[in-house]
Amino acid sequence: MTAPAGAGRPADGAPLLEVRDLVVHHGQLRALDGISLRVLPGEVYAIIGANGAGKSTLLRTIAGLHHPTAGSILLDGKDVTRLRTERRATRGIVLVPEGRRLFGSLSVQENLQVGATYARPGPWTIERVYEMFDWMRERRSQRTGQLSGGEQQAVAIGRALVANPRVLLLDELSLGLAPVVVQRVYGMLPQILATGLTVLLVEQDVSQALRAAAHIQCLLEGRTTLEGSPADVTAEQVEAAYFGLAGAAPASLPGEGSQP
Amino acid sequence: MAWVNAIIQGVLTGGLYALFACGLSLMFGVMKVVNLAHGDLAVVAGYIAIGVITVTHVPVLWSVLIVVPVMAVLGYVLQRTVIQGALDRSVLTTLLVTFGLSVVIENGLLQFFTANTRGIGAGLPLVTGSFSIGSQIQIAYLLVVIFAVAVVVLLGLQYFLSASKYGRLIRAVADDREAAQLAGADYRHVFGIAAALAFGTVALAGIGYGMYSQLDPTAGTDTILLFAFAAVVIGGLGSLWGTLLGGVVLGVAQQIGAQINISDEVLAGYIVFLAVLVLRPQGLTSRRTQS
Repeated sequence: MTAPAGAGRPADGAPLLEVRDLVVHHGQLRALDGISLRVLPGEVYAIIGANGAGKSTLLRTIAGLHHPTAGSILLDGKDVTRLRTERRATRGIVLVPEGRRLFGSLSVQENLQVGATYARPGPWTIERVYEMFDWMRERRSQRTGQLSGGEQQAVAIGRALVANPRVLLLDELSLGLAPVVVQRVYGMLPQILATGLTVLLVEQDVSQALRAAAHIQCLLEGRTTLEGSPADVTAEQVEAAYFGLAGAAPASLPGEGSQP
Repeated sequence: MAWVNAIIQGVLTGGLYALFACGLSLMFGVMKVVNLAHGDLAVVAGYIAIGVITVTHVPVLWSVLIVVPVMAVLGYVLQRTVIQGALDRSVLTTLLVTFGLSVVIENGLLQFFTANTRGIGAGLPLVTGSFSIGSQIQIAYLLVVIFAVAVVVLLGLQYFLSASKYGRLIRAVADDREAAQLAGADYRHVFGIAAALAFGTVALAGIGYGMYSQLDPTAGTDTILLFAFAAVVIGGLGSLWGTLLGGVVLGVAQQIGAQINISDEVLAGYIVFLAVLVLRPQGLTSRRTQS
């Protein structure tokens, strides 16, 4: 495997999360077709792509909710491909799923408590989540259905953080949220990274991803069409890779996505 | 006065029906399993109690301390094996599997214990005794005790579900199984715990029924399962106190029916059941609709 070319990103560093040649089928549909990626410790790695590109499938497969037809997933060098979702969570791969998926009949606090039930030891506690989102403490006994979309997203992130993940998978944080709220949610990323977490996120909002990530990878119909550091890719390249405009991308394709 | 008596008897019988119903409601609420073997398992628990009392000569009520844990363990094991296996295929498969379980249990009981009826603790003052209020109202101690047990069981279940770690996980898994897995919870284990709770209440229901009435191998589906269903539907799914209300409404309806004409007892209960299904299908207490 060729190391990805990214400015300021150690090409030979040992990845915390590695995906090798992942193939996933939804019935007859080949949702992912040989995806590979290497997420280095402490970085924000963004997967971008249009609807149906396979982004969410990729995250859900890494979390164990889909089973790959081929390929492997490694956490810190250890193969986790055959582990159940809950075992991966306790090893440190925790997904904030698309649509937030809070426990609707539980209060805010209970949602966080469930997240903390099987937590690994680490810096995140319910108290610390309350410190990060000061409104949450006052409203901890409310049901999550009474919260706004942005507040629900914050609870979903908090629920994942209290498990003290090593890799936090964030699926479409911005979905259904007002731009101001999206800014606020992304504004928390530095605080989260400061505690030593690694973030792999999926985002339809390309400009948001380019701002937040150290490394981006663009998917199109289950294949990688572009990857690199946001500083190294041009808007034209991203556009071509995102929409799959023929002939525009090849020169910028690094090794990984173009395996025969 | 006869009517007051009917209502009092009905309310107290409702406690027994609530014991029948709460395990059924719990298993449906958490894992969407309609356990058609629910009544037969209550009968099994009753027979186990008879066996324990016969073999060890412990006082009748002490058998509860043995039968409830035995049934809870059986519930965990059955859930993790047979029922989970069916759930992994589809929710409908669980109907077939629990129906099969019901047939197997009934015929097994017939084979080993014959069709003779058996009571638990017949002759004990607790079982036969009663006290009078005025000249026309006579209340059996047993019904008062069963009603109190039902209330304590429901309080205990509610406390467990709302305040304990596993109670929280049970509610979380019932809300969103996948999200619970993402939080590191093995939902199969959580299902097993919910089944253990349900089977524990089934054990109490079976013993209570054996003392109140007579056990026979077909009582499970003929009486207990149907009354449990009626109580759950009347009270509203997913609400523990709804099962008590449902049991009480069913009991009162039956007693009032019996007051009109003794042969209308069971019919009156089902008429109320039908009326609730038509007029308020979500049940009397149901707050949220299951999505």
